[in-house]
Amino acid sequence: MNNKSQSDRRKFILRMARGAGIAALGGFIWSAYVDEVTASQLMLRPPGAIKEEDFLKTCIKCGLCVEACPYDTLLLAKPGDHKPLGTPYFIPRDVPCYMCPDIPCVPVCPTGALDEASVTTNGKLDITIAEMGLAVIDRETCIAFWGIQCDACYRACPILGQAISVEYNKNERTGKHAYLTPVVHADACTGCGLCEKACVTEKASIFVLPKEVAMGKAGNYYIKGWDKNDEKRLEDATEIKTKTEISKDKAIDSLNDAGDLY
Amino acid sequence: MSTLWNKYRYLFFRRTTQIGLLFLYFGANAWGWTILMGNLSSSSFLKTVPLSDPYAVLQMIAAGAVIATDIVIGALIITIFYLVVGGRAFCSWVCPINIVTDAAALLRRKIGVDNFAKKQPATRNMRYWVLALSLIISFAMGVTAFEFISPISMLHRGIIFGIGFGWAAVLIIFLFDLLVLKNGWCGHVCPLGGFYSLVGKFSLIRVHHTQENCTECMKCKVVCPEAQVLYMIGKESIPVLSGECTNCARCIEACDDNALNFSIRKLVKNNKSGE
Repeated sequence: MNNKSQSDRRKFILRMARGAGIAALGGFIWSAYVDEVTASQLMLRPPGAIKEEDFLKTCIKCGLCVEACPYDTLLLAKPGDHKPLGTPYFIPRDVPCYMCPDIPCVPVCPTGALDEASVTTNGKLDITIAEMGLAVIDRETCIAFWGIQCDACYRACPILGQAISVEYNKNERTGKHAYLTPVVHADACTGCGLCEKACVTEKASIFVLPKEVAMGKAGNYYIKGWDKNDEKRLEDATEIKTKTEISKDKAIDSLNDAGDLY
Repeated sequence: MSTLWNKYRYLFFRRTTQIGLLFLYFGANAWGWTILMGNLSSSSFLKTVPLSDPYAVLQMIAAGAVIATDIVIGALIITIFYLVVGGRAFCSWVCPINIVTDAAALLRRKIGVDNFAKKQPATRNMRYWVLALSLIISFAMGVTAFEFISPISMLHRGIIFGIGFGWAAVLIIFLFDLLVLKNGWCGHVCPLGGFYSLVGKFSLIRVHHTQENCTECMKCKVVCPEAQVLYMIGKESIPVLSGECTNCARCIEACDDNALNFSIRKLVKNNKSGE
């Protein structure tokens, strides 16, 4: 009897250990996979989408926004799209966001992954403050920068004149013509992608990227001293003192010694 | 003809609700119907009543999402509904994967896979481990872990919005159930089934066994996808109280002797039978 209970206990421990091992292996593969498939940075989300990190937690993947979109702009990521599965996105070169004034895709969201407040000014829905992305221009392939007259993106822009303006410059090559080149303004651009859709080059030379991808960040070291608003950032600045040790080498040595550089 | 109806009436109703619901969802996306919009993860009924998958909401909570009122209400409605009709009624009456795994189980019986694969190499409790693991990973990674791999969502979302490579996942489940493990996905792995098994512990509508009528032909155990819940067959007149019963009613149809029927669980404890 004693022997039997001992072997039962052994079996039990063995089974628990095996279970823990399988759970650990499964958990490892599962979490690694989930981490990979949610790592896509280049998703353009519907208007009002919260920060990507929170979006992935909050979106329940119901597709109500996709159904609400009257232009079939929004798609749900399916297996094979290489995007976080079931989440809504759009490809502006195929179908851009036409910026409906009543933004039908946002209020239908049951989870708040599309945040109505972020596209509301003074209690009214306002699509012009949406931040789906930012249009960037490849100046190498944009034919306006070659001197060929094209303002397709400028004309297509729903916030004409504010999100994209046209700059005039002298064409030194011909000496008598002007460059009329588009400039995107990040504060006004919503990332709707109408410009990308309208671009005449074979592959669009103006295209929308998520704002975090398209934009840099100056950081706290640089302040526009001439800008009262920017100077406010100094108000809660804290002091950090750093000290670089003075090299004991002679100046001539450090000039001749390139070893540190490589 | 009437025997055919008696043998397959519940199966007919199940397939009707499964396909009918998907058809309503499909119509909402394709033709703008407003009866049932969204998909099985979350939907809106007649554009007013929210309905949400409580397991998905649980993962969202574990992931640390801010939970909106709409989906809390939606998840409560769904939970209460399944507390009445039987937790895993979702599995057999709504879930589209059920059609796939039922087909695999049928084919498995027909070609006699069970004859050479008698020993089941896995425990049915695995689903509760997968359920726990999904919540741990959701918590650790900050994303809804199962929702990103769920073949159930791949299929229903795929039918409504376009399937992509999702058919491969469905095929894998079919082959897994057919060749590797009997009732493998729905009966062993699926954490959503595990979740609804836990809900089903408390639900009202039950299959009831009447031992006096039973001839111990065991046809019910052959068709049952969770045969362990039918342990009382031919032994005791008690209801099937395990949450793992899917209320699919195949046993009721298979029984020739009127020994199995739906009943409503007695809420007051009956000391004699120990319910």
